[in-house]
Amino acid sequence: MQPVIAIEQLTKTYASGHPALKRIDLEIHKGEIFALLGPNGAGKTTLISIICGIVNPGGGRVLVDGHDIVQDYRAARSKIGLVPQELFNEGFESVWATVRFSRGLFGKAPDDLFLENLLRDLSLWDKRNARILELSGGMKRRVMIAKALSHEPSILFLDEPTAGVDVELRRDMWEMVRGLRERGVTIILTTHYIEEAEEMADRIGVISRGEIILVEDKDVLMHKLGKKQLTLHLQRPLAEIPAELASYPLELTDAGNQLVFTFDAQHEDTGIAELLRRLAAHGIDFKDLQSSQSSLEEIFVNLVHGR
Amino acid sequence: MNFYAIRAIYLFELARTWRTLLQSIATPVISTSLYFVVFGSAIGARMEAMHGIPYGAFIIPGLIMMALLTESISNASFGIYMPRYSGTIYEVLSAPVSYVEIVIGYVGAAATKSLVLGVIILVTARLFVDYEIQHPLMMALFLVLTAVTFCLFGFIIGIWADGWEKLQIVPALIVTPLAFLGGSFYSIEMLPPLWQKVTLFNPVVYLISGFRWSFYGVSDISVGVSLAMILGFLGACLLAVWWIFKTGYRLKN
Repeated sequence: MQPVIAIEQLTKTYASGHPALKRIDLEIHKGEIFALLGPNGAGKTTLISIICGIVNPGGGRVLVDGHDIVQDYRAARSKIGLVPQELFNEGFESVWATVRFSRGLFGKAPDDLFLENLLRDLSLWDKRNARILELSGGMKRRVMIAKALSHEPSILFLDEPTAGVDVELRRDMWEMVRGLRERGVTIILTTHYIEEAEEMADRIGVISRGEIILVEDKDVLMHKLGKKQLTLHLQRPLAEIPAELASYPLELTDAGNQLVFTFDAQHEDTGIAELLRRLAAHGIDFKDLQSSQSSLEEIFVNLVHGR
Repeated sequence: MNFYAIRAIYLFELARTWRTLLQSIATPVISTSLYFVVFGSAIGARMEAMHGIPYGAFIIPGLIMMALLTESISNASFGIYMPRYSGTIYEVLSAPVSYVEIVIGYVGAAATKSLVLGVIILVTARLFVDYEIQHPLMMALFLVLTAVTFCLFGFIIGIWADGWEKLQIVPALIVTPLAFLGGSFYSIEMLPPLWQKVTLFNPVVYLISGFRWSFYGVSDISVGVSLAMILGFLGACLLAVWWIFKTGYRLKN
C-alpha cells in the first residue's frame, strides 16, 4: 500500500545550530491513527511543522499523497489540516468569520451548509457570532479544530490536542477523531498523554532527540515490550530477600511488605509456580497477590531513558 | 492561482478596517483636516502664493501624500505583524497559497484602505480650500502607485519587526520627518542652494512634487523623474518581498 505520507532522510538544523531532526525516515499509512510520542524538545512539532509548510526543511524530502511538499506544495498542503499545539487565534474575530476565512485560504469555494454542520458537530454553532476572545479555553480549542477541518482535509495533524483540556472535551475529541477515521481521514497526533495513544492509536512512533527510535503497531509494541509483574503482599515484612532466591528478579518494596517479581509474559514457563513453592519452603507467606502488565507509559519511559 | 485564498485574505483584512472605522479612517481624516483648517484657511490667507498657487491649495497634494504614506505603512505593517505576533500566521504558511497570492491579499487590502482614505481626505479638503485637478488620470496613477508601493514597504516592515517598538520606529523616526521635509508645506526653491541639493536624497520630495503637478501643472522636479523614482522604489520593495519569501526570513524558521 502506498503511504499517504512518506518522509525520507529528513533533517533540520535551526540557525542556533540545534539539530532538531536527524535523518528521519517514516511512513504513515492511509486511514490510520498514528501517535507520535516523545519528550519535550524531541522534534515532534518541528517534524509536523515541516510537513505542513510552516518551517523550511533542511535536507531530505517529504511526499504527501505522492506530492512533494516543496515542489508541489499546493497539492500537498490542500490535503492537510493542522491543529497546532498552542491556541493561536484572531481574538477580535467571530467564530464564523474565522472558519470561513480558513476554508477560503485553503482554496475551497464557500459552503456555508458544510461549515454550519461542522460547527454543530463541534458544539460551536451557538457561539458562531461570539468573538473568539470571549470563549473558554476548551471552546477556543474547538475553534482551532473547526478551522483545520473547514477545508475537508484527508490528513489531520493534531499537535498535543488535549493538552490542558478537561476530561469531557478530551472524550469528545477522541470520539471526533474516531469518527474522522471512519470517514477515511488519516490522523497523526502527538501527545504527552500516553493513555491517549494507548486508547486511540493504531501505530505508535517514538521520537527522541531528533531521531525516530521506534515505529510499531500499538498491540505488537505492548505485547513485545510489555513486562508482567507479580506483586505479593506479605504476611510479615522481610528485611531482605533470602540469598537462595537471589537468582530471581525480585524486588522488595513497601518497607519489606511487598515482594515484586518481574517475568516475561511471552515465555512458556513464567517461573511463577516454582517461585511460589520456594517461597513456601522458606516460610514466606502472603495474604494477597496481583499481577499487572506494564502500560504504554512505562514502555515509553523505558525506551527513552534506556538510550 | 488560488483566488479563493486571495479573496479570503483580502476580505478578512478589510473587515478589520470596518471594525475599527474610527481609528483607521476617522482619525487620519480628522488630523489631516486640522492642517487644512490651520494652514489652509487660517494662516494660509496671510501666506504668499507659491508658483502662483494660493498657499491653502498648494499644501493639499503634500498633505494627502503624507497621510497616504503614513497610513499605508501602518496598515500594511500591522496587517502582517498582527498574525505573526498572535501566531495565527501558521495557517497562512500552511495553506496552499503562493507568496504572490499572500502579498496580493495583504497588500491589496491595505492599499484599498489607503486609497479610500486618500479620496475621503481629498473630498474633505474641498470643504475648506478651493483646488483644481488638471491631470486627474495622472493624479489617480500617483495615488495608486504610492499606496501600493508604501503598503509593500509597510509589509516589509511588518515582517522585519520583532516587537511593537520596531513597528513604530520606521514610520515615526523616518517616514514622518521625510514627509515633513519633503515639500508638503513649501517649494524646494525656497531652500538655500545647498539644501536644495540635499533634499533631492529624500524620496518623498519626488512623490509630492509629482502629485502636486497632477493638480496644478507645476512642480519642483520634472514629472517623468518623479514617476521613475516611485517606480524604482516599487521595484526595490518587490525585490525585498521576493527575497523575504525565498529565504523564509522571519517567517519560516
